[in-house]
Order: sequence, then C-alpha cells, then structure tokens
Amino acid sequence: MPMTITEKILANASGKKSVSPGELVDANIDVIMCHDVTTPPAISMLKEHGIDRVFDPNKIVVTPDHFQPAKDIKSAELHKRLDAWAKEKGLKYYYKLGRAGVCHALLPEQGHIRPGEVIVGGDSHTCTYGAFAAFSTGIGSTDLAAAIATGRLWFRVPESIKFVLNGSLPRGVYSKDVILEAIRIIGVDGALYRAMEFVGTALKNMSMEARMTITNMAIEAGGKNGIIGYDEATKEYLDKHLRDLKDYRVFSSDPDAAYVQTIEIDCSKLEPMVAFPHLPSNGKKIGECAGIEMHQAYIGSCTNGRIEDMRVAARIIKGRQLAIRTIIVPATPLIWKQCKDEGLFETFYDAGCVIAAPTCGACLGGFMGILAEGERCISTTNRNFVGRMGHPKSEVYLASPATAAASAIEGVLADPRKYL
Amino acid sequence: MPKAHVYKRDHINTDEIIPARYLNTDNVVELAKHCMEDLDAGFVKKCKAGDVIVAGADFGCGSSREHAVWALQGAKVAAVIAQSFARIFYRNCINCGFYPIELPDAPNLFKTGDEIEIDYEKGLINNKTQGTTIQFKPLPDFAIAIIKDGGLLEHIKKS
Repeated sequence: MPMTITEKILANASGKKSVSPGELVDANIDVIMCHDVTTPPAISMLKEHGIDRVFDPNKIVVTPDHFQPAKDIKSAELHKRLDAWAKEKGLKYYYKLGRAGVCHALLPEQGHIRPGEVIVGGDSHTCTYGAFAAFSTGIGSTDLAAAIATGRLWFRVPESIKFVLNGSLPRGVYSKDVILEAIRIIGVDGALYRAMEFVGTALKNMSMEARMTITNMAIEAGGKNGIIGYDEATKEYLDKHLRDLKDYRVFSSDPDAAYVQTIEIDCSKLEPMVAFPHLPSNGKKIGECAGIEMHQAYIGSCTNGRIEDMRVAARIIKGRQLAIRTIIVPATPLIWKQCKDEGLFETFYDAGCVIAAPTCGACLGGFMGILAEGERCISTTNRNFVGRMGHPKSEVYLASPATAAASAIEGVLADPRKYL
Repeated sequence: MPKAHVYKRDHINTDEIIPARYLNTDNVVELAKHCMEDLDAGFVKKCKAGDVIVAGADFGCGSSREHAVWALQGAKVAAVIAQSFARIFYRNCINCGFYPIELPDAPNLFKTGDEIEIDYEKGLINNKTQGTTIQFKPLPDFAIAIIKDGGLLEHIKKS
C-alpha cells in the first residue's frame, strides 16, 4: 500500500508494515525534548503517581529556555526542579545555562535530531524537527510524563496535505514568507490534525535553517506535524552535526501516496509578507501594508533566531541607525558565538540594538522585551495572538528577519528589498 | 444550576486562556486566578463551579501548555463546548480528566447565562433556560474511562 513519509515513520515506530490515516498506533519514541515550563509539572505528576522513572536516560534532551536565565523567583524554582530531576535521573543530555538555548534551535544544532525517528516535546513548536524527515510533534505535560516513563505514546495517524513549493525565492523573500503565505491560504486551523508535507523545487536551494522555519510554523495552521523529505542538504547538515548516534533510516513518500489536499505555491511570485494581529493567517504583502508605525523590533526565537537569520538582519542593518528599539536574540550559545566571531554584534551595537542571551524571552511575553499598551512590534517569531508579547492591547506583526530589520531602520513596516 | 458563558469567537488560543506571563508556576490555584484573562478579564469572578464555556471553532489553539486546562479546572469550569478543538488542547483535556465537547454551531445554541445540564455519556445537553435538548457525539469509551479516572496517569495506575 502506498504511504506518505509520515505514515511510514509511524508504521515503523509501531512495528507495523503499513498504517492508514485515522488508525491509532502505539509508537516508540526516539527523542523527548524537555524545557523549563512544561517539564517540571510532568516530573511532579510522575512523582505523585509513584511512577518516578525515565524510560531511557539517553533519549531525553533537557534545556531550560522559556524563562532562562531565570526571570523571577517562581521561574528559578522551575529551573531548580528541572535541574534536580535531570541530575537525579542521570540524563545524558542536559544543557545548563551557558550551553542551554531555544530548544528547537538547540536540538538539531547539537545533533539530537535524526531522520525517520519519532520525536516529541512538551512544546507546540516541536514540529520544527520535521525538517529532517522525522515525525515530530508537540504534546502537553501529561503526555510528556507518560512518554518519559514508558517511551511510548499513542497517535492517530494523520491525513496529509501536500504543499508543492514551485519556482525559487526572489531576492528579499525567505522561507518565513513562504510559510506565512501557506498559513494565509489554509487558515490557522486549515491543517487541523493533519500532517503538512512540503515538497517542490523551492526547497532545493533552502538551507536546513530555512526549512526549519517552515516546519516550525506547521502548528500555526493547526498541523500535527510538518515534514520535509531527506536530500543532499539534510545529509550535509547531519554529517556536520550528528555526534553520538550517526545511523538513521531514511523514509520517503511513495509517488502514489494519498493526500487529502494538494496546495501549490509559486514561490517566484511571492513578496515579503507580514502577518497582522491577531492571527498568523492574517498575512499581507509588504506592498499593501508598508508605512504602519512600529515601536519595537524583535529578531530571534525558534522560528528565526538561527545564524543565517542573524546574518540577513546584520546585512540590512549594517552602517545604519535604527529608528526603534530593537532586540536581537541569538537562539543558542553557539549561534551567539558565531555572531560574535563574524562581527555581527558590532553591526548590531553600532546600529543601537540590544543583544540578549539565548532565551524564548519576549516571543511568548515572558520577559526581555515586553510591550506596553498600544505598542506594536515587528517580530520574527511565530504567534501574534492577543497579548502574546505583552499588554492585551499591544500588537505583534510577524515577518522575516529581513523585513523586521528594514522596519527597525524606518520605524514603520518596510520592504527589505530596497536594502539588499 | 451551572450556566453557560458564550464567546462567539473562533481560535480562542491558550495565550488567552492562560497568558504566558503566568507560566512561571504550575500551581493550579495561582493559574485559576488568571483564567481567560486576556479574553475576558472578568471571567473568574463570573464563573461559578460547574459552569461551562461555549465557543466557536479551533478552541485551545497555539501553545501546548497544559496550564490552560489546569486554569480552567482550577476555575471550576466543568467543560468546554466548542465547534472544534485544536489538537494538542483536545488531547490535554482528556489526559487531565476534563470534557471537551464538540458541537457544530455551538455558539448559536446557547446564550450567556443559560442554565444547562450535561449527560456526558449519553451525549445530551439540556438547555433549561431555552427548553431545548441538544445531542452531541459522546467521546469514545476509552476517553470517557480516562476522564472518569481523573486523567491519563490515574487511569494508567488503575489499569
């Protein structure tokens, strides 16, 4: 029976020859991602229920990121609980402050993500890892507890939607613009319960970093997972980043696999996009919305806080003064160091940016750049819900790092293409 | 008698149900104080034990934070009736022993303040104020069993 890549991975993980959409499977979990907000409650639940164990101390990756370095006493307590547990259980991969980073940038960078595997994490953007031809999805704390203790979880095999990304990206248009366009087309629940599989020529020239921006936002269309097939770029990245376990199994969709929907996007015709408050599906072309006043720019997060995002922003900002306060958040310590080594910090400093330590920070309204009533932020993050980055009457506009940098220069929504 | 609180809106997300600025704790009593705060700052005062939230499509979209379900449980909300639910939230509800009821056209069948009674296993909602009985598709048996046991971990322990 022909299968999609998502179906093949779930079949393999549950010891079946084939599976079809709608079927419930009990799957083995290969990697569990744990962070500081959703894992401490899971740990407490396990203790309370007398099942205080981990199924495999080598398959759990822990990094505080949401409120790190601790923003207040309560978050320090969360970190303390996470720290005590990671040590008590002898977890092999525990990234402490100094090596901790935004989870979805850190895990691939540190070689924890392999094709063909089933990865879960207590965070909705766990779907990011699908860029590596893996099945990856976000779960809540109870499921996280069950996965930590047993190494297994049940899943409903999702139907798949195929997104064919034709053509190639024009100058000034990035993978962020592609995924904002895809979400604009299908809406924030357009892929509810479904797998979003991305194929097409536009992916060929995209780095793994750029691809992760696409799969990262699958959840913003309601998707269960986002997934991209394995190719040369995947191999090249993995050759460089995989450390302990270098073996993996590559699955790919059969040519005659079934999809509930196919959506074609001509990437050659795309323009820089901005998603207006308060939904990621409110995308507009920059040409239709340039000139709206902004008060803050935020360049970072699991969506766009990787090194190439920093390079694009620096290239646009270089030699210019910024009109609004601008916060740069390299997503991991390694990216932070790369920025420093490549001289990007000097560019950011000269322009008047503040450079933060790796953290999820203000993306989710935690700290390090919270908005006041009535303020607007151009942000490279993934959500622009009511109150997402601060006051319920503040506004978040989602865009690529290039568009955020151009808007920081002008203090209004601005087209990055004139600076490239 | 439990009452309905109707929000005629789609995509009510977990940031509205419990804003991230309060996620520095997993204490249910603390979380409950801020339940639905960014959507309706007066909700906690209005909500009485056993009340029900009624909403449009895609309820609970966004972050995977189970804190959203805990905040609702802490505020003594008995169930959410929505046209549809976001995937992770739906799963979290069952895992926590909380009823998500899917009902097409949900926001148009109730008015805020309607007195209602729900039979979860038969899939019936009695709207006493309007004098109507509404049928919904009950959750599958295994999900009802988990909810009755008080959540997934209790259920695992018992079975």
